Amino acid sequence: MGYLAGEYDVIVIGAGHAGCEAALAAARMGCRTLLLTLSLDTIAYMPCNPSIGGPAKGHVVREIDALGGEMGRNIDKTHIQMRMLNTGKGPAVYALRAQADKVKYQQMMKRTLEAEPNLDLHQAMVEKLIVEGGVCQGVITQTGAEYRSRVVVLTTGTYLRGKIFIGDLSYESGPNNQQPSINLSYNLMDLGFEMVRFKTGTPPRVNKLTIDTDKMEIQPGDEEPRAFSYETTEYITDQLPCWLTYTNEKTHEAIRRNLHRAPMYSGVIEGRGPRYCPSIEDKIVRFADKARHQIFLEPEGRDTLEMYVQGLSTSLPEDVQREILRTIEGMEKVEMMRTGYAIEYDAIIPTQLWPSLETKLVENLFTAGQINGTSGYEEAAGQGIMAGINAARKVQGKDPVILDRSQAYIGVMIDDLVTKGTEEPYRLLTSRAEYRLLLRHDNADLRLTELGYEIGLIPEDRYRRFVAKKEAIEREIARLRETRVKPTPEIQRILREAGSSELTNAIELAQLMKRPELGYREISQIAPPPEPVPPEVAEQVEIQLKYEGYIRKSLQQVEKMRKMEDKRIPAWVDYDKIQGISSESREKLKKVRPLSIGQASRISGVNPSDISILMVHIEQGGKSFAKA
Amino acid sequence: MENDTIAAISTPVGEGGIAVIRVSGPEAVEVVDRVYKGKRSLTEVDTHTVHYGHILHPETKEVLDEVLVTVMRAPRTFTREDVVEVSCHGGVMPVQKVLKALLTAGARLAEPGEFTKRAFLNGRIDLSQAEAVIDLIRSKTDRAARVAMDQARGRLSRLIRKLRNDILETLAHLAVNVDYPEYDAEELTGKELLSRSRKIEKELLRLLETGRQGKILREGIATVIVGRPNVGKSSLLNALVQENKAIVTDIPGTTRDVIEEYVNVRGIPLRLVDTAGIRETEDVVERIGVERSRRALEQADLVLLLLNYGEPLTEDDRRLLEIVRPHTAIIVVNKTDLEQRIDLEEVRRRIGDAPLVLLSLKEERGLDRLEEAIDKLFLSGKVEGTDATYVSNVRHVHLLEQALGNVRDAIRGIEEGIPLDMVEIDLKNAWQHLGEIIGEAVAEDLIDQIFSQFCLGK
Repeated sequence: MGYLAGEYDVIVIGAGHAGCEAALAAARMGCRTLLLTLSLDTIAYMPCNPSIGGPAKGHVVREIDALGGEMGRNIDKTHIQMRMLNTGKGPAVYALRAQADKVKYQQMMKRTLEAEPNLDLHQAMVEKLIVEGGVCQGVITQTGAEYRSRVVVLTTGTYLRGKIFIGDLSYESGPNNQQPSINLSYNLMDLGFEMVRFKTGTPPRVNKLTIDTDKMEIQPGDEEPRAFSYETTEYITDQLPCWLTYTNEKTHEAIRRNLHRAPMYSGVIEGRGPRYCPSIEDKIVRFADKARHQIFLEPEGRDTLEMYVQGLSTSLPEDVQREILRTIEGMEKVEMMRTGYAIEYDAIIPTQLWPSLETKLVENLFTAGQINGTSGYEEAAGQGIMAGINAARKVQGKDPVILDRSQAYIGVMIDDLVTKGTEEPYRLLTSRAEYRLLLRHDNADLRLTELGYEIGLIPEDRYRRFVAKKEAIEREIARLRETRVKPTPEIQRILREAGSSELTNAIELAQLMKRPELGYREISQIAPPPEPVPPEVAEQVEIQLKYEGYIRKSLQQVEKMRKMEDKRIPAWVDYDKIQGISSESREKLKKVRPLSIGQASRISGVNPSDISILMVHIEQGGKSFAKA
Repeated sequence: MENDTIAAISTPVGEGGIAVIRVSGPEAVEVVDRVYKGKRSLTEVDTHTVHYGHILHPETKEVLDEVLVTVMRAPRTFTREDVVEVSCHGGVMPVQKVLKALLTAGARLAEPGEFTKRAFLNGRIDLSQAEAVIDLIRSKTDRAARVAMDQARGRLSRLIRKLRNDILETLAHLAVNVDYPEYDAEELTGKELLSRSRKIEKELLRLLETGRQGKILREGIATVIVGRPNVGKSSLLNALVQENKAIVTDIPGTTRDVIEEYVNVRGIPLRLVDTAGIRETEDVVERIGVERSRRALEQADLVLLLLNYGEPLTEDDRRLLEIVRPHTAIIVVNKTDLEQRIDLEEVRRRIGDAPLVLLSLKEERGLDRLEEAIDKLFLSGKVEGTDATYVSNVRHVHLLEQALGNVRDAIRGIEEGIPLDMVEIDLKNAWQHLGEIIGEAVAEDLIDQIFSQFCLGK
């Protein structure tokens, strides 16, 4: 028999990367919050690669931090190495990536959750949502506990009807043999949600003592201290390296010989896998002429010798996995500690969500993370914090916060999901962002911290530091715009030394900064600032002035987009009553129910003339057409 | 998007008479004034007045046309915005040049039905007319879609598709360098990107050059000549081309690849479609008539079906008559110089109310009767040129120019040492502008390209 176990403002189901951010955001915004997890030992668990960040994904971590989230802070304290990628390219695509100590990462996050006031953390399997009159009111667990709440956030990852495949072996399971969640998935289907079956996979793990790193290329961390969080001041200096090796013809031959035993090819797996994350057998088949593939060996932590074999994701049978591992240079005697596998799981089709991440079907129910069809810890966490924020705002009777495509990668991702849906597990890429130059790694705080403060996730002291930084940037930019320098011998010397051409006339410092070979360092030598400028301020001044032209171009495009975003589609619009739009557009519009003309125009298959008709319809208050 | 200034030709396509270009929007007067030369600046004249002057080329300052300009300030105008109407001397090329000058001066090409839409949104048209506006937008767009389809089969779109594909591969390569920095794809260097961009620039210039000569721009009534082998299709084609001034004869670089020719028949622009097909099949082995005709008919506004006066109707003739029936057609019975063996009664029975013209191309008799028939169909409104074709040509030039601007920005960026991932933004814009020409601009293409071109994953 059931019993009433507690009453909350917000309940979050699942303590993965989405759930942790959601629960912390809601609790920090003052909501009485409950976080339920299948196992307290797998909080913030990384069942796949031991790393956080990289292009677009690292940007998301910075954005989470700028909004007051946890992922950046947590990885800053628990990584084994950090590298800034793409440093040879433009500042828009610099990308920080950390190798994580998986266990430490989990422990640190668990500790943070436990210590959070307003937040209770319980181990329980949720079987059913309590939905009354189309409104979610709480959850019921396997043990009969009934928790009531104003809002529920679902962040169930790949656990929904999870099923693992290794060769012809398959069994119901969450990732890494965790308990799957079966009943909740059926409960969602009963509630009327359209589900889709996705697939992902993970490579085997091996013992470091059984590989010969002398035959591999070392990949050390950066010497310069790095951090995701704008608040981090203490850096880990003792870093562990990763190692690079390659597959070869022997590897490929072994795979080809056993291809018929791979579930992807024998047709057992029905789920759709991501193209950006193909298994090694996929790579061999699809890119048959590539002579070798990269294999990175990444430590899973400091207190273990287990290594992750990046590049070798597979669902081939265990004996084949052993065989192919041992064909790789430096791994001839390798001991496989865990077997790679493919996993299938249920996700909800994300066009069933509002941009706030609340479901259209059930009020007060939010979803975030892999359940929404995404892939990746960072993507999950980015949705998690937004779902947590909007859940709390719903409780507090406030409008949802929706980031637009020019504000954050998080905004790009959520807009893509709820507007276009996804055919495969969705991964963020820099090329998905139209305004990449504005969504830089370096300026996440300038984009979002103000908002984080308004929401109530950025504390007063941090906000004051932020404002001081912002003002320092503006002051210094103003100074460089106002200051003109003449071609003095001293300045000519500095220019010569920097490999730049000498001045012929007086010039503004801001203009001078645009020369590719000059940076803030040279400019400040030429005309030192009245008081020292901290490096993070100098960085902004340099980027903002150097790429001013490009940034302006992007801003103009944003302005155009905003005009369309500002045209709201009122709730009274009934697509069935609009005459003259194509039936394909009508179906799509009815399904997505876009909030603005801008969003409507991004739905694939809705053509511009239908948008015009929709605009006319709205302009006329629907009167002329509503008769029908 | 509702607040910019738009322009379009607002009179039907055709030679002779006067063509009116309408400009509407907050900057209408300023835009026209930028390319207008008259006694007084248009910005100083009273509202609802007419002025004589010339439209000049925005760069070369050469006189493009002698015009009358009507300035009407808001709100007493069709759209309730500032409106300027430029009456040109007509003629296909001058009007197009004037329109292009206005677009360069800051106007945007109006979308189909956009003037009416603005009039409507600004309350100029009442509610009862609202549905007509919707119909207008709808029908114009359908027609534009058809035009786009026509061109999708054409050479221009093949060229653009190829160009876009080159850009896309480059974009995907740049994207992989950014998104997968450790992946063992070669890093695309500035030098390499520069040479690729220069190549694209050259291609765009070539396209624009041919456009400027009026050789790719095309408009008019799509006309298809069908008929059995040896019935005189190419003779008819030649007769029409010789009799009338051909505006376009070929596409440079591929002299053999003649696809369309233009003739003016009594001021009506005819676009003769698939002339290459006719010449080829007449020249070489004649395998078919019917299959090719079927394809050509899909894009036809007007069909000329040729029959042989000197032979009885064959099964092929009957099938052609059947296929042509749903189209606007003229039945041309050629070779009246021969003894009559065709059963004209049967022909009449099979063609319904389509006009029937007898002529002899060999003896050059009766061509004027064909022209008269065409003229009559046109005046009666039975044949209607797809006027959107006209507009989309100027639109194409405009988009090509924008793409060229993007590519030049990219080249300048590379030369100035701007990081390649920023240069990529310009290339992507070029790719998108080209996509608008052929109606494809889907961002998802790029993602697909990345994953089909490179092998990535964990």
